Amino acid sequence: MSGADAQTNTEASNDARLRYLLRLGDTSLVLGQRLGEWVGHSPALEEDLGLANLALDLVGQARLLLTYAAEIEGKGRDEDALAFFRDAPQFTNLTLAEQPNGDFAQTMVRQFLIDAWQLEIYEGLASSTDTRLAAIATKALKETRYHFRFSSSWLVRLGDGTEESHRRAQNAIDGVWRFTDELFAADEVDEQMAAAGVAPRLTDLQPRWSARIDEVLREATLRRPANVSYQWHGKRGVHTEHLGHMLTEMQHLQRTYPGAQW
Amino acid sequence: MSVAIQRETKIVDERETKLADERETGFAGERERAVWNVLEGVMDPEIPVLSIVDLGIVRYAHWASDRRLHVGLTPTYSGCPATDVIRRTVREALDEAGYDAAALEEVLSPPWTSEWLTEEGRRRLEAFGIAPPDKAVSNPRHLFHAPVVRCPRCRSDNTERVSEFGSTPCKAHYRCTSCLEPFDYFKCI
Repeated sequence: MSGADAQTNTEASNDARLRYLLRLGDTSLVLGQRLGEWVGHSPALEEDLGLANLALDLVGQARLLLTYAAEIEGKGRDEDALAFFRDAPQFTNLTLAEQPNGDFAQTMVRQFLIDAWQLEIYEGLASSTDTRLAAIATKALKETRYHFRFSSSWLVRLGDGTEESHRRAQNAIDGVWRFTDELFAADEVDEQMAAAGVAPRLTDLQPRWSARIDEVLREATLRRPANVSYQWHGKRGVHTEHLGHMLTEMQHLQRTYPGAQW
Repeated sequence: MSVAIQRETKIVDERETKLADERETGFAGERERAVWNVLEGVMDPEIPVLSIVDLGIVRYAHWASDRRLHVGLTPTYSGCPATDVIRRTVREALDEAGYDAAALEEVLSPPWTSEWLTEEGRRRLEAFGIAPPDKAVSNPRHLFHAPVVRCPRCRSDNTERVSEFGSTPCKAHYRCTSCLEPFDYFKCI
């Protein structure tokens, strides 16, 4: 291999690594922002604190991931610039993460599905050949474990609760199930990262995610919806209309007063 | 997010810095102790009775081969808002003590665990009214069952968890069923 080829190869893999980190970071950031919207509106004070704590962890994880992404990008942007000065098509979060909060059941179902996904992803990344990503994942994994415990216990309480809570929980899962196909749909970025030992193979993770989900759904007396083959492409920057509205609020201050600090 | 502070920190893997440590000669002991004494004076902004050394978030303070003092701090939780405040306070304390050339580093690996809380830290927490964390974090039971938590006021074990989440990311909300007082429990992680 000539020097020029090697150079191109490194650039290609750096590009894939950057895109991979942005997807992970954006998913955490968008989900964290959504949870933040609940502050002051939750059904009980304890849940208000709980959702705010989860949001804080997710934004913290996003910060670690986006800081790393910004360094790899090497264009002088930092994590704040990535969070506040990109438009919706440049965000590459999972489509599921940007779905509106809806009622408490909808929020918990969205959380539960992504927590279970992050558990698998971070467990896999903990042994990544990228030591910095491995360190971030090991840290995040500890937090994701109690996020999952929180969301799955709510799923059981809602699903196996009253007739009304069961109905709402089932509606919620029926409503967002169509976005779960994207969680494990590997594209060239995922393939490259898996081949380089940076990230786990998505196809290996899906059965474990599925089993974890099924176990909780059974206990919650909820029905798992049939798979829908339509593929969403949030991680390629193609979003539902909800993300733009969310970003308008999230980015308002920094767009109006660029660089403002507390 | 305080960009200026964030910029000067670099993310390090503790396993790498250990090598730098071993390259050091044994003469560094006293110099390091003086730095640790300074750091022991830096209190956690949320739990003012605890120093950052008690909390176990200072991972190292040593002179590396570049002849600079390197101080490694690890965050308790990824999104803990106190992290920036702590970093700034450490910087000020080091500057004031004459270590203005010190390099502050953020250590992510291995991740912080409540097991790193010192004995003195545990004692101070309880005296402050916060139940210290169960020692055996590695016990897998803790993933699914809450541990028995002793009330920091009346020492009763008859307590119940009100919420897994409290006023800061590191605390859970408990209530004593003997003296009926609510209290915070420093979570195991």
